[in-house]
Amino acid sequence: MEVKQDNPNFGIVAEFSSSEALKAACRKVRDAGYKKTDAHTPFPLEGLNEALGLRDKWVPFIMLVAGFIGAVSGYTLAFWAMGISLPLNIAGKPTNSWPLFIPPTFEMTVLTSAIVGVVSMFALNGLPQPYHSVFNTPNFERASTDRYFLSIESRDPLYDEAQTLAFMQTLGADNVSVVEE
Amino acid sequence: MPKQPAELETDVSGHGHKSPGGGRSLREMLTSVPQQYDPALQDEIIGSRHSLESITKQISDVVLHRPVSLGWLISMFVSLSLLALMLVAVVYLILVGVGVWGVNVPVGWGVGIVCFVWWIGIGHAGTLISAILLLLHQNWRTSINRFAEAMTLMAVMCAGLYPLLHVGRHQYDYWMLPFPSTMGLWPQFRSPLIWDVFAVSTYFTVSLVFWYTGLVPDLATLRDRTRLPWLKKLLGFFALGWRYSARHWQRYNAVYLILAGLSTPLVLSVHTTVSWDFAAGIVPGWHGTIFPQYFVAGAVYAGFAMVINLGIPLRAFFRMKDLITMKHLENCGKFMLITGNVVFYGYLMEIFTAWYSGVIFERYMTFDNRMFGPYAWSFWLLIFCNGVFIQLIWFKKIRTSIWGLYIVAFVVNLAMWLERLVLIPFSLTQDYLPSSWHMYYPSFWDYATFAGTLGLFFTLFFLFVRILPVISMVEMRELVHHEHHVDELGANDPALTGGVKV
Repeated sequence: MEVKQDNPNFGIVAEFSSSEALKAACRKVRDAGYKKTDAHTPFPLEGLNEALGLRDKWVPFIMLVAGFIGAVSGYTLAFWAMGISLPLNIAGKPTNSWPLFIPPTFEMTVLTSAIVGVVSMFALNGLPQPYHSVFNTPNFERASTDRYFLSIESRDPLYDEAQTLAFMQTLGADNVSVVEE
Repeated sequence: MPKQPAELETDVSGHGHKSPGGGRSLREMLTSVPQQYDPALQDEIIGSRHSLESITKQISDVVLHRPVSLGWLISMFVSLSLLALMLVAVVYLILVGVGVWGVNVPVGWGVGIVCFVWWIGIGHAGTLISAILLLLHQNWRTSINRFAEAMTLMAVMCAGLYPLLHVGRHQYDYWMLPFPSTMGLWPQFRSPLIWDVFAVSTYFTVSLVFWYTGLVPDLATLRDRTRLPWLKKLLGFFALGWRYSARHWQRYNAVYLILAGLSTPLVLSVHTTVSWDFAAGIVPGWHGTIFPQYFVAGAVYAGFAMVINLGIPLRAFFRMKDLITMKHLENCGKFMLITGNVVFYGYLMEIFTAWYSGVIFERYMTFDNRMFGPYAWSFWLLIFCNGVFIQLIWFKKIRTSIWGLYIVAFVVNLAMWLERLVLIPFSLTQDYLPSSWHMYYPSFWDYATFAGTLGLFFTLFFLFVRILPVISMVEMRELVHHEHHVDELGANDPALTGGVKV
């Protein structure tokens, strides 16, 4: 069990001016064994997931399942309405005229998968979350322009404010700060 | 090149370094992609930081700092006036009935359906740019995808109004949706018309979700850059608290890519379904298997024409000629040329099939009615616009000239409207029984409604360009980063690759 530290601070955040420096720092932090880490970059940075050791495959899987559910419900809707609830003879077509039910089935597949995918992406990201402690980092608004940030949270089991701070200062950051909760 | 002075001005300010020794002509500089970021001759880090910052500043300043201009107010006034006309037209239509449009037996589908198909088609280029070109790693799409997607949304809104207005008994519009009613009735799932309900509503929803997902990080950028507290709160609300986290980007990228993958067959399915509305009927001139293919091609064709017609004024108004370059416009022109020729091939195949089938009704429709009937002028005008005029794009001089492209694209937009007019109502005027032949004339209210949807479209578009970033800042930053990164390796040095971007 992880020891609950009674730390009033959110963690330590380092600011970098280049993506290469950030990635190098991420690798060191990963290799040092920190888990509650995160990076903040102005755009999705190639190679950052590997550098941070991130591997989350849930979204594609959820979208696949949602698409499947959408397909089944789309077809069921058409079949139930046309075959069971209101079986009309249209030009002698069978009640289960499956080729004609494919277009609504396809549309339902795409619709369900897309909506569930986006909602689950935001949900897994914990959004919407208007306030987050990392926003207290000095200069953090430039994460949306041209600055790269790396954070280690105080709830990380390896976190020790003095040691971690010293470690972060060796990473070649422009600025390292202890950020309040 | 009528825009020379302005082009030169931007050129001097940012990206004139590309021609060492001045050996390249102005046009070469303007048409090379993306000419504004070439740090090869700049200090790497400062150049790179400068670019990320400058790109973000240039796009966000339009929203945050640019004062409302007289030109925008006038455009908005004209758009709102047209929107007001639509209000009148719609109220009159609802009060009196669909008879106020020029439709009557045997022509049940008139300009209302023409406009529906036209608007839906316009939207397709937006999805093509945002989804298909993303999957194909076409970097040049980056600066035009945001407004093209917005164009899609607005066009589909305009399109969606028509079926709702056309049904005649507007209080029963909701009957188009499948829901368990006390009457035990269901929409007919074997009919392309109900497929259309599914296709168009899915298309709109997925486009909206795709667009908003792309917008969230940009809204966060605006949130970070504004100093007005109320605006910060408002933007923060819609940015959902996006904090550029790597963990978030990972899922974001996954979902964005899959959405692009889903949108690709979706966009093809939408106009295919629209074409089935006609092809599944037995009206001569409609009943052809060529319909889905050339409807989709025609949709992309008209859509790119609209992208050109919107993009050219947009980049001039907001001084974004270094972001939406001649290369973008030229590529859109090329897409227009390809798809235009596919459409023209569709016309030729329709004619061939009518002759080869030996069916007298098909032959009558194609030769005696369309080609030499009472509406022959429209057919030949269509052949001229989509078959002959579009070939101008083959000439580099024309597709790299602002006015040349603008005029061709404008003609294409009109021609695609005309195409649906030839195809839809004019095919209905003369079918199997001469006793039921009847001429079709659109009424004032047809045109008023069409002008009104143009008003709706442009009102939304002008609002969009003022209140949201018209170019995706995140993707532009990614592009800048990528350019620098590749440049650092030397692989993208124009001197080494002969100007070809890797």
